[in-house]
Amino acid sequence: MDILYKIFLEPFALMASAPDLLLQTLWEGLVSGVLYALIALGFVLIFKASGVFNFAQGIMVVFAALTLVGLHEKGVPAFLALILTIGVMFVLAFAVERIVLKPLVNQPDIILFMATFGLTYFLIGFGELIFGGNPKQMISRELFLPQGSTDLQLLGGLVRVQHIDIAAAVIASLMIAALAVFFSKTRIGRALRAVADSHKAALSVGISLDQIWVIVWFTAGIVALVTGIMWGARSDVSFALQIIALKALPVLILGGFTSIPGAIVGGLIIGVGEKIGEFYWGPLIGGGIETWLAYMIALLFLLYRPQGLFGEKIIERV
Amino acid sequence: MLGKFTLGAAAAVLIGATALPAAAQDSIYVPLLTYRTGPFAGSGIPIADGMHDYLRMLNERDGGIGGVKLTIEECETGYDTKKGVECYESIKGKNPAVVNPYSTGITLQLIPKAAVDKIPMLSMAYGLSPSADGNHFPWIFNPPVTYWDGASVFIKYVAEKEGGMDKLKGKKIALLHLDAPYGKEPIPLLEALSKELGFQLILYPVAAQDMQNQGAIWLNVRRDRPDWIYLQGWGAMNPTAVKEAVRNGFPIGKVVGVWWAGGDDDARAGGEQAKGYKSLDFHAVGTDFGVIKDVQKHVIDKGLSKYPKDKVGDNLYNRGIYNSMLVAEAIRTAQAVTGKKVVNGEDVRKGLEALNITEARLKEMGMEGFAAPVKVSCEDHNGHHKVFVAEWDGTKWVKASDWMEPMKDKVRPLIEAGAKDYAEKNTGWPKRSEPCAKQS
Repeated sequence: MDILYKIFLEPFALMASAPDLLLQTLWEGLVSGVLYALIALGFVLIFKASGVFNFAQGIMVVFAALTLVGLHEKGVPAFLALILTIGVMFVLAFAVERIVLKPLVNQPDIILFMATFGLTYFLIGFGELIFGGNPKQMISRELFLPQGSTDLQLLGGLVRVQHIDIAAAVIASLMIAALAVFFSKTRIGRALRAVADSHKAALSVGISLDQIWVIVWFTAGIVALVTGIMWGARSDVSFALQIIALKALPVLILGGFTSIPGAIVGGLIIGVGEKIGEFYWGPLIGGGIETWLAYMIALLFLLYRPQGLFGEKIIERV
Repeated sequence: MLGKFTLGAAAAVLIGATALPAAAQDSIYVPLLTYRTGPFAGSGIPIADGMHDYLRMLNERDGGIGGVKLTIEECETGYDTKKGVECYESIKGKNPAVVNPYSTGITLQLIPKAAVDKIPMLSMAYGLSPSADGNHFPWIFNPPVTYWDGASVFIKYVAEKEGGMDKLKGKKIALLHLDAPYGKEPIPLLEALSKELGFQLILYPVAAQDMQNQGAIWLNVRRDRPDWIYLQGWGAMNPTAVKEAVRNGFPIGKVVGVWWAGGDDDARAGGEQAKGYKSLDFHAVGTDFGVIKDVQKHVIDKGLSKYPKDKVGDNLYNRGIYNSMLVAEAIRTAQAVTGKKVVNGEDVRKGLEALNITEARLKEMGMEGFAAPVKVSCEDHNGHHKVFVAEWDGTKWVKASDWMEPMKDKVRPLIEAGAKDYAEKNTGWPKRSEPCAKQS
């Protein structure tokens, strides 16, 4: 009886008695969700264009952030370092297309997937060789990212909002909106959607697959850089950041591998869901549940929509 | 022609293979299981460099130990238990003097192998706390303190600040820990003390995957309002925890880390507001010691180290120095006990068991004021030595308490019970047959 009370009544009683904590939890979930969405977006972009699940997206986040901080440590001014890092991500996209993707055209998807594993380990080794394994602090001040926090007296309590979290939410939202416009309104965006629908059909109407892949990997690199800056500012820049990319998996399962809105909605559901779950139900089983709770949430959705919330319906023709 | 070439190559390999042990006889092989890569590299690099640089300094300055050069070899584990065991398997045939696993997870896997392979294991202030019982674990050594000693000192420190042990009743004390064998180690001791002293113990496990994503954990902290937090984190978890404490307005002076949560980078991450963060420690920081100056002169200045010059003296670098000092002293003692110059694992086990680093010896080594004396016995492979509380002043760690004695009366019975329990649960655990080694 006691356990039923703890599961079904106590958490809701706590929500009602301390609405400020509920609001704080929702805010934390929302910020995490936006950042998860940003990571998931990197996966979606590449999956849409090439049908490849890019396992290297996580290490691209670390590599981009390390390049930025590493260049600045070498004395390059922050904004010049930012521009140079964007350049490095372009070179990476170009190299991936030339060295990894092009030779593997027409190979089964699993081969391309395994190639991204190789890319991951190459970037880990290369990154450690160039920048070392030490964690580095994100150059938040130099990039004029806001510091500090604001305490809001709300709902009879205190809600603390970190300025960096507001910036993260705003920048991520703007980025997502810009990408949505880019892919739906521009010529390149339409070409990308054509490639996503069918490589052969796209080639037959004169769309350059090589060019599209470079653009998509470069865009995923920019998304990785923004993600790296934001996560790095919240904790620090280290190779442990790549593990956070695993959080994008339940987001993708939930939102669908091919949908940008799916990545956003999925990210928000997972972000808010895991924080609420950990905070209100975690103590029941000793805490630390958010790691697997995200997958549980995704699995629950999968039972009803195997293609994810916004994924394309799976139709196998025989 | 090809046949002759193949035969020649095979012969060369055979000659090389037989020549290896002969070459190994001229030196003492000291493998170091380290991690310079992966999510825990931030903590692993300074320790790896400290360990390497001290041993290298002995080679450069003294020509090794007792006139025998040390062969130092690192094996990268990435703090991954599987890789650590692979490293061990790759080095065990090379006649290692002692193994330093540098991970509680790896230590737990290697404990049953040590007695079989006759290789002593030094898990310096980490690993399985009950392995301090020499009667059950003759091949495992974990001086100068166990995690249980550390947790007991933390409770003593809290009691001191709160006005006495009786004032702990009703207090909320939290353990924020990595959800891994290392992070869970202090739980049994804290649970026992919680029952005895009446404080409420709250556990906050942090999965390795969420080391840099602790938002939800700190919401729980805000809800539960613990009076004190004991941080048993590692790698990227520590700087994130310090940052989150600052972000969430938790009084940073009431966060005390175990000695592994006391990296300079861990505290530095919290910026100006991390001033007052505390950590347990058992050696000094800085370069103002003869031993560090020798490392600078013989290794750093000659470009024989990978560590940045300006970071020499950092807490975890000095931890590595301390670790290698124990290794070197165990070898030196083994030479004295056995009368041999080139010692092997069995000899060094005796050396570790007879280890007695006195104040005079510390002075001789240029470590006066750097560390406290260490004594290990056949029954007690740890010593349960004193530790102190260090405080981050915004730029460096400073000593913030006197040397504090662990609650030996509480820890030792738990150690012995834990060791007995371990032996019973592991069917066929061998009874100690090794005679007690004593220094003449």
